[in-house]
Amino acid sequence: MNSRISHIASNTFREAVRDRVLYNLIAFALLLSGAAILVGKISIAIEKLVVINLGLTAVSLFGVVIAIFIGIGLVSKEIEKRTLYTVLSRPVRRWEFIVGKFFGLAGTLAVNTFFMALGVFLALFYVSHTFVRADALIFVALYFIILEFLIICALALLFSSFSSPLLSAVFAFSLFVVGSFAEDLRNFAAMTHGITRWLATGTAYLVPNFSAFNVITSIAHEQPVAGQLIFHNTLYAFFYALMALSGAVLIFEYRDLK
Amino acid sequence: MPAIEILGLEKTYSVGFWRKRPKRALYPLQLTVEEGEVFGFLGPNGAGKTTTLKLLMGLVFPTAGSARILGQEWTDPAVKAQIGFLPEQPYFYDYLTAHELLNYYGQLSGMPAKDRNRRVEEVFHQVGLHDVRGIQLRKFSKGMLQRVGIAQAILHDPKIVFFDEPMSGLDPMGRREVRDLMEELKQKGKTVFFSTHILSDAETLCDRVAIIHKGLLRSVGAVEELTSSVQGKVEVIWQGTEIPASIKVLGVECHLSGEHVRAIIAENQQDVFIDVLRRERQRLVSITPVRTSLESYFVEKLRHAETTAGSAV
Ligand SMILES: Nc1ncnc2c1ncn2[C@@H]1O[C@H](COP(=O)(O)OP(=O)(O)O)[C@@H](O)[C@H]1O
Ligand SMILES: [Mg+2]
Repeated sequence: MNSRISHIASNTFREAVRDRVLYNLIAFALLLSGAAILVGKISIAIEKLVVINLGLTAVSLFGVVIAIFIGIGLVSKEIEKRTLYTVLSRPVRRWEFIVGKFFGLAGTLAVNTFFMALGVFLALFYVSHTFVRADALIFVALYFIILEFLIICALALLFSSFSSPLLSAVFAFSLFVVGSFAEDLRNFAAMTHGITRWLATGTAYLVPNFSAFNVITSIAHEQPVAGQLIFHNTLYAFFYALMALSGAVLIFEYRDLK
Repeated sequence: MPAIEILGLEKTYSVGFWRKRPKRALYPLQLTVEEGEVFGFLGPNGAGKTTTLKLLMGLVFPTAGSARILGQEWTDPAVKAQIGFLPEQPYFYDYLTAHELLNYYGQLSGMPAKDRNRRVEEVFHQVGLHDVRGIQLRKFSKGMLQRVGIAQAILHDPKIVFFDEPMSGLDPMGRREVRDLMEELKQKGKTVFFSTHILSDAETLCDRVAIIHKGLLRSVGAVEELTSSVQGKVEVIWQGTEIPASIKVLGVECHLSGEHVRAIIAENQQDVFIDVLRRERQRLVSITPVRTSLESYFVEKLRHAETTAGSAV
């Protein structure tokens, strides 16, 4: 990574921290500890299941919300406020700006996820007083969640490079929701005929396939994750994020700044 | 080698949300600025000054044309290390302190850490913000932001600085300081290209000026050259409560105010005019030469442009 990209990335991270984005961690911690205590009171048999399920789902949702809310403004806000003028009149290429923003956002999410994961493990320890080998599966789920964040960061940046924050948020959230049901959409497509089939299949393969990244339920039941899925998801996430990021660069490269 | 060569840059924006209409902001512009010059780019609001600067900075893309800066293609990133830019009404990351901002910009300009620390201190002293460098930019006034803008433009010791309305938002003291700073840059052999709609700023400072109006370059030259091309005028005041017919036929515009009549006439009309007044037995009060400033040149030039606008545009 060249030095300009890393400077832009760390400045993006600094902005997120100063915007008190990490305050959401407090909300997360409260939610999780509250839930853990509550669950502990209801049932001893399923408490671990619930903590893992709830904890990881919360990690994923909190992250997605942060990724979208920061990501949508990363480019358009800088154009709007004209803070970009004095950046791009330096020896900074436009693609470096986009890539730097991406890494800054991804870094923010990584740090955020680290602390939330810590919270999940603490809650787990609180209810079961010990860690077993199967708990290592949680790392796989967390890895998938981070891959998912990379895709969302890239998509949010892509939308931010050509539309307003509000529209970008709508686009990004819609894609997240549709992507979470990508598997169902593919199944639906297979059942239809004619033009509907073409459209449904096209959409199903174009939207990010987030359903493949969601292994939370099976992990909570201590079912192992196939190595092939890990490999496949890794490739898929990198490729998808790269495509979205390239799109963002392409659009931004030729855009007039207001 | 010229510092800046603008080779027919032009810009047409498209405006409107649903139905895009073209909006001409800049007609093909041909302009050369020599190294070491202080060059004023003058024009009223909406003339196309900012558009020109944004084109040169690569912030917007030209409809046609190109430019060379220090002999290199203007889009070349290597050029960017040698130029500084102060945007119009600059705005910066408001979560950073002034010091963090300059440090960040120094990094982006590729300054080594040691130079950077020294220069950051230096420019803060230069623009008079040393005491507030640790304060977040969200707490800065408009005038202070303008100073930060100037500081970041000269931070990396560029060969050419581009200032868009550098005096705006500053109090008289601040304007004076900016003027001195530009002088200083000139002393150091830097090229200064700045836009303004305030002519007195340009008059004392510039080696040459260009005048742009409605996207069209109207004239280029040294300030004296331009103003001397405008005929000298004199103001004549005499006692009276009405304008004699023999004066009226001269076609001179006269203004009555109380006991006095006031007329502005061309210098070479002066003798004829005084003769007429004497014949009419009017009592002369005063004859004063009107200094032709850049301002009056400007007004005249633009009025002229206004009347010929139909054919020129
Ligand atoms: N982004 C834009 N979209 C459409 N029109 C623009 C845009 N920027 C400037 N203009 C128009 O171009 C003309 C020149 O503007 P500008 O270069 O800002 O003038 P100046 O800096 O001399 O005041 C104006 O008529 C302005 O309305
Ligand atoms: Mg302007």
